[in-house]
Amino acid sequence: MSAGAASVLADEGGGRGLWADAWRKLKRNRAAVVGAWIIGLMAVLVIVGPWFSSHAFDFTDFGSISLPPSFEAGHPFGTDTLGRDLFVRTLYGGRISLLVGIVGTAVSLVIGVAYGAIAGYFGGRLDALLMRIVDILYALPFMFFVILLMVFFGRNILLIFVAIGAVNWLDMARIVRGQTLSLKCREFVEAAEAQGVGAFAIIRRHVVPNLLGVVAVYVTLMIPQVILIESFLSFLGLGVQEPMTSWGALVHDGAAELESAPWILIFPAAFLAITLFCFNFVGDGMRDALDPKDR
Amino acid sequence: MLRYSLRRLLGAIPTLFLLTAFTFFMIRAAPGGPFSRERQLLPEIEANLNAAYHLDEPLYMQFGRYLGGLLRFDFGPSFQYRDYTVTELIKTGFPVSLKLGGAAMLVALVIGVAAGCIAALRQNRAADHGVMAVAMTGISIPNFVMAPLLILVFAVYLRWLPAGGLGGLRTMVLPVTALALPQIAYLARLTRGSMIEVLRSNFIRTAKAQGLPTWQIVVRHALRPVLLPVVSYLGPAAAAVITGSVVIEQIFSVPGIGRFFVTGALNRDYTLVMGVVVFYGALIIAFNFVVDLAYAWLDPRVKYK
Repeated sequence: MSAGAASVLADEGGGRGLWADAWRKLKRNRAAVVGAWIIGLMAVLVIVGPWFSSHAFDFTDFGSISLPPSFEAGHPFGTDTLGRDLFVRTLYGGRISLLVGIVGTAVSLVIGVAYGAIAGYFGGRLDALLMRIVDILYALPFMFFVILLMVFFGRNILLIFVAIGAVNWLDMARIVRGQTLSLKCREFVEAAEAQGVGAFAIIRRHVVPNLLGVVAVYVTLMIPQVILIESFLSFLGLGVQEPMTSWGALVHDGAAELESAPWILIFPAAFLAITLFCFNFVGDGMRDALDPKDR
Repeated sequence: MLRYSLRRLLGAIPTLFLLTAFTFFMIRAAPGGPFSRERQLLPEIEANLNAAYHLDEPLYMQFGRYLGGLLRFDFGPSFQYRDYTVTELIKTGFPVSLKLGGAAMLVALVIGVAAGCIAALRQNRAADHGVMAVAMTGISIPNFVMAPLLILVFAVYLRWLPAGGLGGLRTMVLPVTALALPQIAYLARLTRGSMIEVLRSNFIRTAKAQGLPTWQIVVRHALRPVLLPVVSYLGPAAAAVITGSVVIEQIFSVPGIGRFFVTGALNRDYTLVMGVVVFYGALIIAFNFVVDLAYAWLDPRVKYK
């Protein structure tokens, strides 16, 4: 972290520093701590779990179609309509969902922070123009564009990242702009300006590091949103394509077999819901810890 | 007030134009046309089809033609439903979608605001924790997961309600619930936060000091400022409900616009998809306009500039 950033952190939070203070508050929030642990476990489970299973995620076995969950048969979550082991598929789908969540968030993070910081720092006409664009984009039914993108330009996972990133940066840009507006009046920015540091260098070295707290909060809240969007697309059959899968795609498969084989719906739905739950708890906890003006 | 409204209305025109242009050129930039099927058409037939739908003209002329049609509420013919125009399809689907979406918005607003108020008045007590826990569930469980689960419990196991179709009030309960739940959750959290903040303000303390009963303080003094953030969230809420209706109509086999959109998109029905996007875009813009007016009416500090 830069000198400018460090100086702010030192004078806030009563000598203990903003981060240490926030960390202490976060640790006292039981829902957030439990949520973080479950997310950690979930991540380990979806990464490591498939290696320990004797079934491949895409192995179709027509001798064991739509089996209910049973440990004796070796399918703790049962099998789907093609005889594939649902346990491995749920974990495998979790890998994709979490991956999309993280990469999609990273894409919107980069766009949003750059956009918001530039608008906020330069201000004036440029700011008015950039924020007017955001306003216009806000008014549009964005999900529909993502659906169009997926339909008309083929359904590959790279496009999912781009599409989701392109949708989700608006909130981030607004938040970052607001923070930048107040940051640029601070002494350390003035000092840098007086020394003749270039605008982009100031943004990179002094503005962005000081945004990290707020950004961290919204990143945690954005990951579940991105997972949700990917699941939404996959649910419509527009996201990840067979034999690859994600939680959304599994929920889609399960919803079709609701009456005959409810477990095909219930396990992936539970994994998805628990993950989203935990991310939201952690995000809320971080907001309470790092963003005192809210709530 | 009138000038403000007019300015806002004029401001909506470029937004609508951008929306139309963006959708139009994005769809045209995509590889594959509405007539590209597995079976190759004879070149003459394809040329005739293209001529009939004006697809052989240069792009800017097609765009001009489309804009001209829009001014007359003519969204062009559907490529997939050969005997219908897109306008006719939207006319049949919209009342259905409006009924579902409108009911969901209404339910969300009433329950969400009420629950938020209760939670704020009982801050950090059992009622508050209960409302917030339910709200967290509403936010975390997406409606396309909630909908099949609702069907599983209330239609398959308990057999209380039908699983799909659109008839009377009974068929609406499950889809409206699935659509409204996330919005109830957001609105409850928003209202709670806003109410807690307002209850701490000076004019409420004055009202309390004068010995007014709590319900009177809440209804007469607090509710108006509390509703401001709620009102400004209604725009995004409407957009979310419309987006959600795409899957909800699919799951409950409701013949609304959302279903037309999905089938249209999967079948590359250019005009239908464009029509739906432009129509919903215009609807959201119009709704935001009404919301802004409502906001200005609620908050006397907003100047109509």
